[in-house]
Amino acid sequence: MQALLDPVFLARLQFAFTVSFHIVFPAFTIGLASYLAVLEALWLWTKREVYIQVFRYWIKIFAVTFGMGVVSGLVMSYQFGTNWAVFSDRAGPVIGPLMGYEVLSAFFLEAGFLGVMLFGMQRVGKGLHFFATAMVAFGTFISAFWILAVNSWMQTPAGYAIAPNGQFVPEDWFAVIFNPSFPYRLVHMVLAAYLTTAFVVGAVGAWHLLRDKTNAGARVMFSMAMWMAAIVAPIQIFAGDLHGLNTLQHQPAKIAAMEGHYEESIKGAPLYLFGLPDNEAGETKYAIGIPKLGSLILTHDWDGEMKGLKAFPREDWPPTPVVFWSFRIMVGLGMLMALVGLVSLVMRLGGRIYSNSLLHRAALVMGPSGFVAVLAGWVTTEVGRQPYTIYGLLRTADSVSPIGLPGVATSLIAFIIVYFIVFGAGIFYLLRLMAKTPGAIGKAEPETPMRAAGIMPGPAQQIAKGE
Amino acid sequence: MTLDLPLIWAGLIAFAVLAYVVLDGFDLGIGILFPLFKKERERDVLMNSVAPVWDGNETWLVLGGGGLLAAFPLAYATILPALYAPLTVMLLGLVFRGVAFEFRWRTVRWKRVWDWSFTLGSLLATFMQGIALGGLIQGIKVANRAYAGGWWDWLTPFSLLTGLSLVVGYALLGACWLVIKTEGEIQNRCYDLGRKLSVGLVLLIGLVSLWTPFLGEQFLQRWFTWPNILLTAPMPLLVLLAAGSLWRGLHDYKRPLQPFLSALALFVLSYIGLGISFWPLMVPPSLTFYDAAAPDVSLGFLLVGAVILLPIILAYTAYSYYVFRGKVDPDAHYH
Repeated sequence: MQALLDPVFLARLQFAFTVSFHIVFPAFTIGLASYLAVLEALWLWTKREVYIQVFRYWIKIFAVTFGMGVVSGLVMSYQFGTNWAVFSDRAGPVIGPLMGYEVLSAFFLEAGFLGVMLFGMQRVGKGLHFFATAMVAFGTFISAFWILAVNSWMQTPAGYAIAPNGQFVPEDWFAVIFNPSFPYRLVHMVLAAYLTTAFVVGAVGAWHLLRDKTNAGARVMFSMAMWMAAIVAPIQIFAGDLHGLNTLQHQPAKIAAMEGHYEESIKGAPLYLFGLPDNEAGETKYAIGIPKLGSLILTHDWDGEMKGLKAFPREDWPPTPVVFWSFRIMVGLGMLMALVGLVSLVMRLGGRIYSNSLLHRAALVMGPSGFVAVLAGWVTTEVGRQPYTIYGLLRTADSVSPIGLPGVATSLIAFIIVYFIVFGAGIFYLLRLMAKTPGAIGKAEPETPMRAAGIMPGPAQQIAKGE
Repeated sequence: MTLDLPLIWAGLIAFAVLAYVVLDGFDLGIGILFPLFKKERERDVLMNSVAPVWDGNETWLVLGGGGLLAAFPLAYATILPALYAPLTVMLLGLVFRGVAFEFRWRTVRWKRVWDWSFTLGSLLATFMQGIALGGLIQGIKVANRAYAGGWWDWLTPFSLLTGLSLVVGYALLGACWLVIKTEGEIQNRCYDLGRKLSVGLVLLIGLVSLWTPFLGEQFLQRWFTWPNILLTAPMPLLVLLAAGSLWRGLHDYKRPLQPFLSALALFVLSYIGLGISFWPLMVPPSLTFYDAAAPDVSLGFLLVGAVILLPIILAYTAYSYYVFRGKVDPDAHYH
């Protein structure tokens, strides 16, 4: 409870809250934009009507998600200044231009072509419309590139000098952008976005297959999603492992917290499956682990030597239990995703991918798993960076704005209330869109107009007017 | 040859903010005017007149914020904490109005709620932007590279006046935009609204202009001492000229573009007036844009991108407006 009276903690909570809400939308739109581009390309190429039907199904969901992503992202772009002014002043010369590039090269591209993508089908040619869809997808990817460059630089800073006024000054832009953890982080995040989308699309497909195994749209969704799961989930596990090795090299204290290791140095460290890490006591209680596996995974040697938290100054320890558990949630979900992908592959080879209800139920349950995994991964890496905003260089406690407790507390409460109302409603509308049967799109739907925000067709208007 | 990079960036940020005011101004204005149009069909027309472009318009606000962080981190780090409350409310307002574009089409029962969310969100965002502007003009206390003022410093009669002015101004831009994009009864009402709002705006511009010089010694010197007065004297005249053109345009129904362009001219002139007062300050009364600038290595790096990408952005933005040109057709099918 004491923590709730600490402005630094509240500022962190506010950032964590707003960024957690925000991140699920881009994680979904990065994957969904690419999916829409693929669907439209398949339609143009094969001329099969089902692809454009599925495209029209998901474009509405995309529009609602994108809208929420835009407004929650807008909040993020001002949070650095309102709550983290010292950080902004000191790190601005390095991270500011990277975020500037994100706006110039990604946000405008997405926003500029989104209008054409959503409302332009009747106004521009098919080729140009596809170009607009592709540009929106491309924009989401460029955006991920820059924002992960920023985040990675905060984790593994490189290519800078520190000026007399305390500002970080870039010396080598290439080293700043392609800092040591950037390639791993970018690949891990983009794959996570693809998997997140695949499991949502797969769950929607599965839901409709459970009701009607012949629905063509549902079949396309489910099949494409399961291909993605089968191929990408194993790649993601591999990429995650490489990312872990990179973290061990650059942020060993974070790895020690993820693993729940406290001893200064352990040879042949176990892999804890369960345990209650306790920073006060300096040990992981009730630990159940597999001997030597921890060392094998991280050092590729049964008797590899690992550093525990006690090898680092006490004031540099991250909040271990949070990191320990969020990491396990992420990895566990990743394994389950790979398992679903594998099972779907077996079913596909046996010709039962559209008929096996058990697989469909499993895919349905796994629908939100991508979001949970992304959030858990985000918590692992961000809480694991504590107590620093810029790892090893600028402490979180030294980064905040000179804003008093009442201000931070009031705005935090306002954000929580508004976000739950607005995004709660949004998620409700998304679920309702997803509950609609694919393929019925071309026909008038009784309760809502066909179009997302924008030009409303005649029949829908009559319905809206109650005629 | 060395470039004066802080100067170039001050110009670019000024351009981004102006582009934001001009572009998001009219679509926020439509949100403000929304409750004056009661019929479902009218509201659909209003919203459709900006639905394909509002997102791009709002991106200029992100560029303004992001650009300020990149080019003038010290200004960003002092202005944002100083305007913490109005900016937070502005962001929440923009959240409410932004989602309304999607949500109001997704429900029948709750449509009214999202209509109100669109209106109140637009109104709050606009009012708070005006207050933030007023808070900046009247000065921000800075000490040791940090905001040194209090939690409520931004709230003064002057900032409330600038808040009100911006609400009237954006509403006018919205009305003038609708004059271009609509016909028949809606258009007639917008001409009428435009006339009322333009009288209000010109009076408010006058009031703010007369008040501003008394907020700081520099402003007073800048406007009323010789030889500065040679530069500043034509400004009120130009404002009156634009106001006259606006008034004529709102009576001559054959030139639907004239009111919008004249209203824009009023905004641009007010903005230039602000620039005259501020120069070379960025955070009055103490920080110039040179004080706040990032090192040249940062400014130069982002400038390369801005020089290449801004023309491309302007080109496809213009293309997007071209695709959705003409009057709004509420019955147009999408697929």
